[in-house]
Amino acid sequence: MSAQPFNWRHLPGGRSLMTSLLVFLYAPLAILVIYSFNASRIVTVWGGFSTRWFGMVWDNPDIRRTAYTSITVAIMATILATAFAVAAALALERGRLPGLRGLSESLIALPLVVPEIVVAITTLVFFSAIGLKLGAGNLVIAHTVFCIPFALLPMRARLRDMGQSAENAARDLYASDWQVFRRITLPLMLPAIASGAMLSFVTSLDDFIISMMVADAGTTTLPVYVYGMMRVGVTPEVNAVSAILLGVSLLLVVMALLLTGRKPAAT
Amino acid sequence: MTRLRSLLLMAPSLLTIGIFMAVPMLVALAYSFMTSSPYGGVQMPFSVGAYIQILYDEDFDGTLAFTTDYLMIIGRSVVLAGLTTAACLAVAFPTAWFIVCRAPRQRQLLLFLVSLPFWINTLIRTYCWVLLLRDEGLVNHLLEGAGVTDEPVTLLYNDGAILLGLIYTFLPFMVLPIYSTLERVDHRLIEAAYDLYANRRLVFRRILWPLARPGVAAGALLVFAPALGSFLAPDLLGGGRKLLIGSLIQLEFTSGRNWPFGSAIAVLVSTGVLIAMLIQARRGRPPSELHA
Repeated sequence: MSAQPFNWRHLPGGRSLMTSLLVFLYAPLAILVIYSFNASRIVTVWGGFSTRWFGMVWDNPDIRRTAYTSITVAIMATILATAFAVAAALALERGRLPGLRGLSESLIALPLVVPEIVVAITTLVFFSAIGLKLGAGNLVIAHTVFCIPFALLPMRARLRDMGQSAENAARDLYASDWQVFRRITLPLMLPAIASGAMLSFVTSLDDFIISMMVADAGTTTLPVYVYGMMRVGVTPEVNAVSAILLGVSLLLVVMALLLTGRKPAAT
Repeated sequence: MTRLRSLLLMAPSLLTIGIFMAVPMLVALAYSFMTSSPYGGVQMPFSVGAYIQILYDEDFDGTLAFTTDYLMIIGRSVVLAGLTTAACLAVAFPTAWFIVCRAPRQRQLLLFLVSLPFWINTLIRTYCWVLLLRDEGLVNHLLEGAGVTDEPVTLLYNDGAILLGLIYTFLPFMVLPIYSTLERVDHRLIEAAYDLYANRRLVFRRILWPLARPGVAAGALLVFAPALGSFLAPDLLGGGRKLLIGSLIQLEFTSGRNWPFGSAIAVLVSTGVLIAMLIQARRGRPPSELHA
């Protein structure tokens, strides 16, 4: 018998479970990054360290063009989604929505629960039914829809966490609603707004299925183009461009999560 | 804040999602009751042909023959999504509990690490497994190096690979909601149970599981729904040879050019998800007497 007192917090095998889970989650990504620096053209044979595939990616005009489309769409969708989400966060956490709260919550959650392929084809059907042909504009609209809930996550959490005492104090001192927002709520919300913007930028940049169905030949996004490359076969260029996308997402998300210093709830 | 102002603030988000997501879903519902036009769109009149096509094959002379082709695809998708959910739950529950029992600082770090992959491109994450599992991939290299096999084992393009890809993609969705419910469990309940000679199993069955049920229900929905309509894992890891619902819908809207049929399948999937949401809303509540 061990002399240690019984501790229910100790889960037998918990540490090894956690370690294996983290290895399971991160090892494949690490291997991709390692392969992307492989000098050999044969992907799985190590031929020394090299950055030449990144150079090839940089020189590929199709990748440049589609990356440009992706970034433009992501910026536009982020601006729209963030602006809408700030307003919605205020309404949901500080406003009165009698009889509309349930509907609002369900509509906001809709892009999170409906399978992406369904969103993709219904958007495609709708755009063709109303004859909307805005090129990249179609993509911006589609992306804004599913970016709103992600932009909202950190903002609502922040509004809930920070409480209303500072806002109430300002009101007691005869600040107008606008002054309360401008001087108190907005500055306190700012990190969460920046975080929400980054999360929606990443979400837009990473989207594949919806872009694949909605984009036309002139508005192919980078993930859709990379998917086409993957279908042809495993090549060092695919590894390099995937590693770049991976790096950009990681950088933005880590920044977003550090900004709010909160656990990133996916729900 | 006045009602009018709240409503005005809510309006942009509601209108955007309403017009460009809720209405399109209704349009797809309408499309599923039309017939496909030869040019790739749809045409009137109203018909339930698309739904009949799921169950029956129409012969050249117009007679209908029962077919299980599409039922098999739907069944396989449901089974794979179900297995994914079960596997994620089996891993996520102990993981979430392990994280809850850590010191606060370590908790933050572990949660961060578990949820980070959620934000990484699913396309890239799925592709990583192609790199690992293909014939010339790392796993086969290791197996050959260890002398287990001489020839590459075909690891890709089967249901196992799809399942692995789905679990890999959706695991973070299960850990986070379960964690957030377990985090709120009153520790005195657990201590009281142990004081009353409960063992680990009993504590799990009578305290942790009932209290974590809302999180489990939310996690199950967040895994099952996207897994049911998943496209990338079946396409890249399954080779697209064996169809699942997601690839079937995609096919009907691209090369298949049968929009009503594709819409009908999409309507079925959405109905399934809706039912799952309703079950979650009903079953997901914790038993009130235990709510600490």
